[in-house]
This record gives sequence, structure tokens and C-alpha cells, in this order.
Amino acid sequence: MSHSVDLMDVEMAFGGVHAVRRLSAHVEGGEFFSILGPSGCGKTTILRLIAGFINPTAGRVLIGGKDMAGIGADRRPTSMIFQSLALFPLMSVWENIAFGLEVRRMPKADRRRRAEELLELIALPGYGDRMVHELSGGQKQRVAIARALAVEPQVLLLDEPLSALDLKLRQHMRAELRALQKRTGVTFIYITHDQSEALAMSDRVAVMSAGVLQQIATPRELYSSPATPFVAKFVGETNEFAGKVSRTVDGIAVVDGPHGSFAGRAGDEVVVGGTAAVYVRPEAVTVSREARPDSLEARADRIEFEGAVAMLHATSREGQPLLAAIPNQLLSRAPAAGETVWLSFVPDEALVLAHG
Amino acid sequence: MGNLFARFGTGLGALIVGLVAAWLVSMVLAPNLMMLDFSLRPNLMPAQIGGLDDHYTLANFAALAGDPVHRVIFLKTIWASALVMVTTLAVTYPIAYWMAKVASPRAAALAVMALIIPFWINEVLRTLAWYILLAFGGPLNAALLWLGIIDQPVRWFGDFGVLAGMVYAYILFMLFPIYNSISTLDTVQIEAARNLGASTPRIHWRIVIPHAKAGIATGCVFTFMLAAGSYVAPALLGAPGSRWFTEIIYNWFFEGGNWNRGAAYALVLLTLYMLVVLATLKLFRVNLADVAK
Amino acid sequence: MTVRIETEGVARSAAGRDWTAKAAALLPRIIFAGYMILFFTYLFLPLVVMGAATFNTSKFPTVTPWLGTTLDWFSALWSDQAMWRALGLSFLIALAVIAIALPAGTAAALFLTSLQPRARTFLYAFMVSPLLTPGVAIGIATLVLWHQLGVGGGTFLIVLAQASFITSYVMLMVVARLQRFDRVQEEAAAGLGASRFMIFRRILLPYLRPSLLAAAFIAFLQSFENYNTTLFVRGTETPLTVYIATKVRTGLTPAVNALGLILIGVTILAAIAIEIVRRRSAGRPVA
Repeated sequence: MSHSVDLMDVEMAFGGVHAVRRLSAHVEGGEFFSILGPSGCGKTTILRLIAGFINPTAGRVLIGGKDMAGIGADRRPTSMIFQSLALFPLMSVWENIAFGLEVRRMPKADRRRRAEELLELIALPGYGDRMVHELSGGQKQRVAIARALAVEPQVLLLDEPLSALDLKLRQHMRAELRALQKRTGVTFIYITHDQSEALAMSDRVAVMSAGVLQQIATPRELYSSPATPFVAKFVGETNEFAGKVSRTVDGIAVVDGPHGSFAGRAGDEVVVGGTAAVYVRPEAVTVSREARPDSLEARADRIEFEGAVAMLHATSREGQPLLAAIPNQLLSRAPAAGETVWLSFVPDEALVLAHG
Repeated sequence: MGNLFARFGTGLGALIVGLVAAWLVSMVLAPNLMMLDFSLRPNLMPAQIGGLDDHYTLANFAALAGDPVHRVIFLKTIWASALVMVTTLAVTYPIAYWMAKVASPRAAALAVMALIIPFWINEVLRTLAWYILLAFGGPLNAALLWLGIIDQPVRWFGDFGVLAGMVYAYILFMLFPIYNSISTLDTVQIEAARNLGASTPRIHWRIVIPHAKAGIATGCVFTFMLAAGSYVAPALLGAPGSRWFTEIIYNWFFEGGNWNRGAAYALVLLTLYMLVVLATLKLFRVNLADVAK
Repeated sequence: MTVRIETEGVARSAAGRDWTAKAAALLPRIIFAGYMILFFTYLFLPLVVMGAATFNTSKFPTVTPWLGTTLDWFSALWSDQAMWRALGLSFLIALAVIAIALPAGTAAALFLTSLQPRARTFLYAFMVSPLLTPGVAIGIATLVLWHQLGVGGGTFLIVLAQASFITSYVMLMVVARLQRFDRVQEEAAAGLGASRFMIFRRILLPYLRPSLLAAAFIAFLQSFENYNTTLFVRGTETPLTVYIATKVRTGLTPAVNALGLILIGVTILAAIAIEIVRRRSAGRPVA
């Protein structure tokens, strides 16, 4: 089993500005763990803290249960795949892959053999003597992976490595990365701002915003039970109805707002009288042409076909944009632009979250 | 060429060609050919010129090979210039790396200023400053005596003085090419190497130096040339035992009165220098276009 | 930037935890700090000593022993007629060198960029070769050629010899800027009916202006400080560098230090002025 990674009350400030605020997390050995957040949220800082390029202003980083304080980047059991890949342009492909082994003083013949094995693994046999600039984007990507794996790291750190690739290749590489992780059993810590990437590949995902950890959960939990308004809005699409909590009954909270009263499952920290919002996924919203009790009147703006479903974009009378998913089989009866519709949902499929 | 006239028209095009030709032919090519011609002729009285003795000969070059004192000074100049080059490289590389990759942009800009100021005042004054510092009764000896490091004054003039003064004079010619080339290295490359376990020396040996080799070659070539061709540092900071080849050349011209031999000696220096340039370029596998950047 | 932050982090996180790790992390830094101190001492100590010696009453310029503080050497410099003549000559030579090297170097750059790649490589090597020639060789070559033509050493030859390699500097600086020039501008002007001379004067020359100014500045400095080449072609003329070097033989007094100090002062002022201009223009879009 590969090493686990623990962040304990880690803080990182650059010249007084906090990039990461008091953050604790545990990553299991052999887990595919993603850190998801918008750019500038501090996720890259966390990766660099684990790699040892920077040291936390407070708190501790443990790898395999061992405190990493005073251990430099060159002596940690981690290996990193950089956003820009950072392949060495003056070395051939095999020299790139074997660089970590060269550092470890492995004889040249053994290095070469090991590089060839890794080239097999990444499906680039016979590419060893090429130069880096002769490779395509996807091939460079794979060489970077091979170079990082050559040193047999306990933990592989990936800093948005797929961001430079085109969509098709990106989806292909996702599957490859996931398979590679399962095959090698190495702990993967993957940084991304692309939620679909994080949800598709990871065992668990940590969501970050402005240096603060919002939630750590499996992709399913993250989607069905977001812990904070930020997560609800950042992961997947959602409708938000803000207001004041008027009452709670049996774990269901009612929020009164400009749109009227809506009910949903109450999250933690929801108190009567506090400000909160009801969050509803588009697929939980039912669209009707007739007025029904507890439904919201809106004007249909347009329908965007997204493949598996179509998304209805509508605007409430109060001017708030709304989203509702319309399954394909109902698409023929979907409302036309300009038509008045009534939207509703059941409280069990909505979530009430307190606002900060 | 037709391109040139198409772009600038006949008048301007002709002016451009004329200026370039005037420069390259009358100021570069012709003087060097005349120097070659001079070096291949014997030193004759005005009356003898055009006479029977006025024919091409290698005697001036043979004279250098045959004169043990001059031969030794020539070889020593090469050797000492190489030493100046290596010392300057060792002295400047860390600061070039620091300026390019470690320092904040502000600190680097300040360092550039601090470096440029001593070099805007001329080489003679810079050397003069060393002349004052290293004098037998000068401040360096006084300070070392006071500190108790030496118990009698040291004669710094000579090999040490020349080395110190020359390294000082040519720091910038070494530093800036290296600084510029290291600046273009992506810092992520260094992090990637460190992440794969490379120690600091290995990162320099495998990543930084290969990347900066064109700059290093440029700095070395310039420093060697300036050192080998220097006159003022050996003249001021040298001793009789540390004579420089340029001083011999000067003597042939202005004391020995044998211009032909002086031209031959200068040509040997020039040829040697071209060989060193070509060898350095070959060694570092860079071409001339990179050097002159 | 990142490395600097790293050092702060190391210092803080290791503090009070692991002394050996702390020492191991600090040792390279201490060595590097020592190196920096030595480097900048090496850089400035000679200049400081030279400057300080100006104020010592000692007849030979030194700071040990300190015989008394005086400003007399400035007035000695002021009344040194030979020095003023040398300074004037150096200025004259530098201006003449600029007058030759700037047009010739610019022409060379324009010529070079209008050539086919292969011819360009060859000519480029030819054009930079004066930079790679030892200064004494340039001086000697110029001297022997003009000697054959009946012209002896003097101001004229100093200017020619210096300009022969300073033109290469100008060429390099202009080429660097010319390579980033977008030829479409010329075509656009031609499309508007401008003559080729007009295009050159109104489009290309203004574009090259910053590099021409910089090249003129470098040319001035190169000429002003030249010694090796000048020494061989000077005849009986004495520009400033030669004057200073001669002083060392014929009797050095701190008046020369006073001159050095003034030149350092002017240099610092010039550096500050250039930095201010650079910062101002940095705010503007690049022309």
C-alpha cells in the first residue's frame, strides 16, 4: 500500500497574504484524491507544500505518517507532474524518463532498460531516442507521467496536467490516468479546476475556495449533499433561492424569500431566523404549463440541448435566472421561448444551506 | 541584394551598400590584409623597399618561434588568459544564477545597477584603482598587517596583480551573457529536477549549465579575448616577471622599430584567438550567431 | 521569487525543532551570503579606495597612511591644462566615432536583414569579427594600412580604428530591434502612396529610434574608455585614457583620483537618469 498524506492545520501565507488557511485533510494510501477549486483558491499551493517546494508557515505535512519538516523536495517520496510538464528540452525522451534514476546513481544500462519498460507502459515503445520537441502534446503528457513514475514515488502529484490538451485527448487521458492509478496503486493527488475531471476520476474530492477547504467527499456525496453554498454552486448546476429560515420540521427547513416559501432538507448550521438558501439541481425541477400550488412562475428563455438532457433556461418574475433539465423523451413537448411555465420540486430533493 | 533596392529604392539602397562596403572593406578587410602583408616582409630601410631583399618571407614568424623569451611570454599569455577566463567564470556564475533565478526582480535590477556603475568608468581607471589598492605601501598590505595575517608587506604586483585586475575588468563581459541565458530557463525545469531527487550540483550540471551554454561560451570567448589582448592591466599591475605578449608587440612598434615583426606577432595573437573561438564554439556546440547576441 | 519564500519557510518551520536539519539548511545560505559579501567588496573596494585617496594630502594617491584631509586635489585637477585637452580630445573622438559608426552600423543592419539566409550567415560572421578581434590587432592593422598610404597616427586614425569595431556593436543593437519589425507597416504605407524614402523616414527610422539612441550611448562609452586600440594609432595625440595611463609613469598624484571620482559621480547620475527614463517609458506601450 502506498503512503498516505496528512495535512495538519496547515497554513501558508505569502508576505502576509494567506493562500491557505488552517487546513486539515487526510488522503488514504492508494487513493485517487482530487483538489477542486477555481484558479487562485490555493490548490496549487497545497500541492507545492506536499512536494516540498515551499514550507508551511504553520502546521505540518505528513507523508506515510512521517513529518516532512526539514525534508527538501529532492528527498520526499513524492513526484510531480507539472502543468507545463517541464520536460527537459535538451535531453532525449529516455533521458528525461530516466533522469530520476540517474540521480539515484543507477547504472546507465539499467536506466535505459527501465526507461524502455516505462515507454511500453505509456504505449510509446521505440520513442526513447526522440527529442522532446518531436512529440505531440499527448505524447509529451505521457512522457511526463513516465518520468514521474520512474522514481517509483509513493505519492504522485498532478498539477492540472491535462489542461493543455484538446477535449477528445483530455477525455482519453482521464481514462488512462485512472487505469494507471489502479494498476500502480500509487497515491494520486490531482489538482484541477474542471469539476467533470475531478468527479470522473477521483475516489474523493476536496473542494477549495479562497484558501479555505469547503468539503471532502466522494463525487456522489459532493453532488447530492454539498456541505456549503460554494460547493453546491461550484459542483454541477444549481438553482438558488435565498431568504430567511422561518421554521424547521423533521429535518426539513422552510426558507421565506422574495419568490415565496420553499422547503428542503436542512443542512448543518441551519437555524430558524438565520439567512439561508434552498438549492435545487436542475434535474430535480419539474416543468409544467399549468399553474400548480407551490410552484414558481417563470418565462422560458431558451433550450440548450446538451446530449443526454436538454437544459431549459428561464427567468422568474423577480428576474432570477432558473435552470431545469428536460429529459430527451419529453423534449418534443418542451415549452417554446417566451412561453410562461411553472417550476416545482419536492423538498426531499432540495437542500437548505446556511449562508456564512 | 535586389531585395534591398526593391525595399529602399535606388538612392537609399546605394547609400546603404556604400556605407557597408566602406566599413567592411576600408576599415576591416584592407587593414587586416595589410597587416598580413607587413608580417610577411622583412624590416627594411626605406631605400631597400622594392629592392632585391623585398620579398615574402616567414622570418618574422620564425623569429617568434626561435626567441625563447618571447615564446615563453606568448605561451604564458595564453595560459594566464585561460586562467583569467576560468576564474572569472567561477566568480560570476553564482551571482548570475542568483540574479536570474533567486533574487526578486527589484533586487536583480539593483544588482544590475551596482554592477554597471564600476564598468561605465573606463578600464584604465579601474586598473588604476587596483594599482592604488595593491601598492607595496598601500591599503591592502596595511590592512593585512594590521590584522596580523602577514608580518611584512607583500609585493602584489606581478601575476597576482594582473589576475585580480583582469578578472575585475572583465566580470561584466562574463556575467551578462550568462545572466541573460539563465534568465530564459523556465524555473519549473529546476523544480522538476529537484522533485525527481536531483541535488543542487546536479541541477546545475544537468539543467542550468546545458541551458546556459551559449551564454557561458560567449562570456568565455569575450573574456579570453579581452585578457589576451589586454595591455593596460599587465603594464600597471604586472612585474618584469609577468610580461604580457601585447607588451612585446608594443615594443616592436614603438621601441624596437620593427613594424613587420610586430605585425607578425599581432597576427599570431589574432590567429590564436580565432582558434580559441572556434574551439570554444565547437566544444559548446554553439554557433557564431548565438555568441553575438 | 519562489526560492526566496522557500528560505523563509525553512527558517521558520525548522526553528526550535530540529537543530541539525536547521544547520544543514542554513549552511549553503551562509556560504552564499559570504560569497555575495566578498563579491561586492571585490567590486567596490578598489573604487572606494580610489575615491577616498582623493581627499588625502599624500602626494602619492593612497589611504595609508592618512596624512590629512584636503580638497586641494580637485583644484590641482581644475588647473591641469593637459587633462582638459585630453578630455576635450576624447569627447571629439567619441562624437566622430558616433558620426561614422551610427550610419554605417544601421546600414549594415538594414543590409543584413534584406539578404538571403545563407549570404546573411556569412556576412554576419564578417560583421561581428571586429568584436572578436583583440583591440591591439585592430590598432596595428589600421596603423600599417594608413602608414602605407602616407597617413601617420593621430586623431583621424584613432577615430577610424575605434569606429571599425564600434560599428559592429551598433549593427548588433539595430539588428536586434529590426528583427521585431513588422514589415506590414511598410506595405501599408506603400499602399497609401508613400515613396520608399518616405517610408524609411517616417516608418522605419522612428521605429529604430530607441535602439539608435542606445547604440549611440554605447558607442560613446566604448570610444571614451578605449585604450588598447587607441594606444597604437594615437601618434602623438593624448586622449584621456592615454593621459591617465601616462600619469602612472610620469608621476601619479591624487588629481587623477579626483578625475576618477568625478567620472564615477557622472556615471551614477547617468545611471539614475537612464533608470528614470526607462521606468517612465516602461509605463507606456512599446513603440
